[in-house]
Amino acid sequence: MALQVVTANRLRDGRVVFLADGEHWVEAIGRSQVAEGETAAAALNAIADRAVAARKVVGPYLIEVIRNGDRLTPKRYREVIRALGPSSHPELGRPETVTAAAQE
Amino acid sequence: MYRYDNYDQTLVDERVAQFRGQVARRIAGELTEDEFKPLRLMNGLYLQLHAYMLRVAIPYGTLSSQQLRKLAHIARRYDKGYGHFTTRQNIQFNWVSLEETPDILAELASVEMHAIQTSGNCIRNVTADHFAGVAGDEIEDPRIYCEIIRQWSTFHPEFSFLPRKFKIAVTGSPHDRAAVKVHDIGLRMHRNESGEAGFEVLVGGGQGRTPVIAKTIRPFLPKRHLLSYLEAILRIYNQLGRRDNLYKSRIKILVDSVGVDRFTQLVEEEWQQIRDGYLELPAAEIERIRGYFAPPAYRALDGKVPDHEAQLRRDFRFARWTRTNVTPHKRPGYSVVTLSLKPVGGVPGDATDAQMDAVADLADRYSFGEIRVTHEQNLVLADVETSALYALWQRLHELGLATPNVGLASDIIACPGLDYCALANARSIPVSQRISRQLGDLTRLLDIGELKIKISGCINACGHHHVGHIGILGVDKKGEEFYQVTLGGSADENASIGDIVGPAFSADAVVGAVETVIDTYLTVREDGERFLDTYRRVGLAPFKEKLYAAH
Repeated sequence: MALQVVTANRLRDGRVVFLADGEHWVEAIGRSQVAEGETAAAALNAIADRAVAARKVVGPYLIEVIRNGDRLTPKRYREVIRALGPSSHPELGRPETVTAAAQE
Repeated sequence: MYRYDNYDQTLVDERVAQFRGQVARRIAGELTEDEFKPLRLMNGLYLQLHAYMLRVAIPYGTLSSQQLRKLAHIARRYDKGYGHFTTRQNIQFNWVSLEETPDILAELASVEMHAIQTSGNCIRNVTADHFAGVAGDEIEDPRIYCEIIRQWSTFHPEFSFLPRKFKIAVTGSPHDRAAVKVHDIGLRMHRNESGEAGFEVLVGGGQGRTPVIAKTIRPFLPKRHLLSYLEAILRIYNQLGRRDNLYKSRIKILVDSVGVDRFTQLVEEEWQQIRDGYLELPAAEIERIRGYFAPPAYRALDGKVPDHEAQLRRDFRFARWTRTNVTPHKRPGYSVVTLSLKPVGGVPGDATDAQMDAVADLADRYSFGEIRVTHEQNLVLADVETSALYALWQRLHELGLATPNVGLASDIIACPGLDYCALANARSIPVSQRISRQLGDLTRLLDIGELKIKISGCINACGHHHVGHIGILGVDKKGEEFYQVTLGGSADENASIGDIVGPAFSADAVVGAVETVIDTYLTVREDGERFLDTYRRVGLAPFKEKLYAAH
């Protein structure tokens, strides 16, 4: 069954964030709360809708991810670029994710 | 250059205050994102893949050194230390926060800049020949008319909600460096039989999903009628342009659907109603605006520069740079210098805060404090004394701004693509980086000669791929990046839309495909032929044969 996480942009600074445990929004995809199956995904969506209403984030949506040990990698390359930062400016990506990518 | 009057300054200051209030209301929850989005877009603030992006208008691509220093400051203080000059002669900041954007706009307003008309379905920032005022073949400085159009179009109440965005470009020279034939309206200045300067009016050009070369609807328009005629065109478009289908909403679709003759007739009929009204431009007003673009205080020079000749002979690197990056100036003893923002393996159009500050200093020292931004994503110092070129080149070399490749194959236009843009299907920048590394050898570049490679990451064509001699369009094929190659496009006075060579290439194969195209050209070209000349002579067949021979 497909694994999904919720991503969005933070309202105040626009940065890419992922929904983590405890209704927190974090910059590292690896800390995302993972939903397996449609019921779990709908539950994440409901949390995301509350975060939109609370003006924490903008435009949340579900993305498919692949789990490899502790690592979560988006399935689509568009989402990989969102998660890692621009491939043309790797130094500007988020440190934890860039380091992880460099270790591949 | 143009200086704001009280009216301009008040208008921009009021807009900053309005937006500050709108941002506060958004953060306080008084505005939803749906309500807020059109307001932020009216101030050039997009939400892209990684963050908010602020697109700042650089009217007709002209900046003062003070303005460029402010852009450097914004890059340093509010962004990640760089900005991206675009194919619309604007600059984009990729990492600004919503909360700080009102402060950025206030900083911009303090140097007579803003982000108005950089988004939305309005008349966008008007673009011009980046060699305006200094080109030897120029009839008049197009920026005079760009500024007049800017004043007419900014917050024009009738044209703030057009069917779609609307782009106007102006050239004052026969040789078109402003790509006027691929704009919604292109204005090309020329003289009629009695020697009077006026405009050829071209309508319905554009790129995107449906690339079209603009059609001439009026061969000669006297200057005094410029605004009334533009108003007539915009009125017809505003009434008849489609609002039900985003993909059919540009004026090019309207011109095509009613036919150019009928469209012309509609415009002329509308124009007859308004032509001698309040929009008629008095000669005194044109002269008033012309005063802002008066030539700087050039020294009387005879054009003989023996030191320069000696430096050219002594230093082959300087000579090579001069060959590609220096253009003759209309005044003897002066030269036009293009600063390449295309270092080998670099990101086309990116400049760091330090580079922007340094260029501002060089503009003050060598070029009357003015800088131009080109739609090919380079910068220009337009008024440099030829005797100062060597000193300038040495400093540019230190700054990484002297890559001798202007007009050559590594002077690539690339949109931000999927590395930044929420609309993109594929990356553009890494493809351009790989091509530029592959073709980095300068001797080879010079042998290849003039070759314009243009890359877009989606069909919206911000990277102008349709009019590239070699065009590359990124597409998504079942979740993978692929690249469609076109040949034979051109954006100059002999504009043409490129022909698709065949099936798209994978990300791994596209650079090799460009190499194959270039090798084929080198094999079949005749003496003195540029790539485009060869292509127009031999057509697609030999290229296609080589590209797909192994498939």
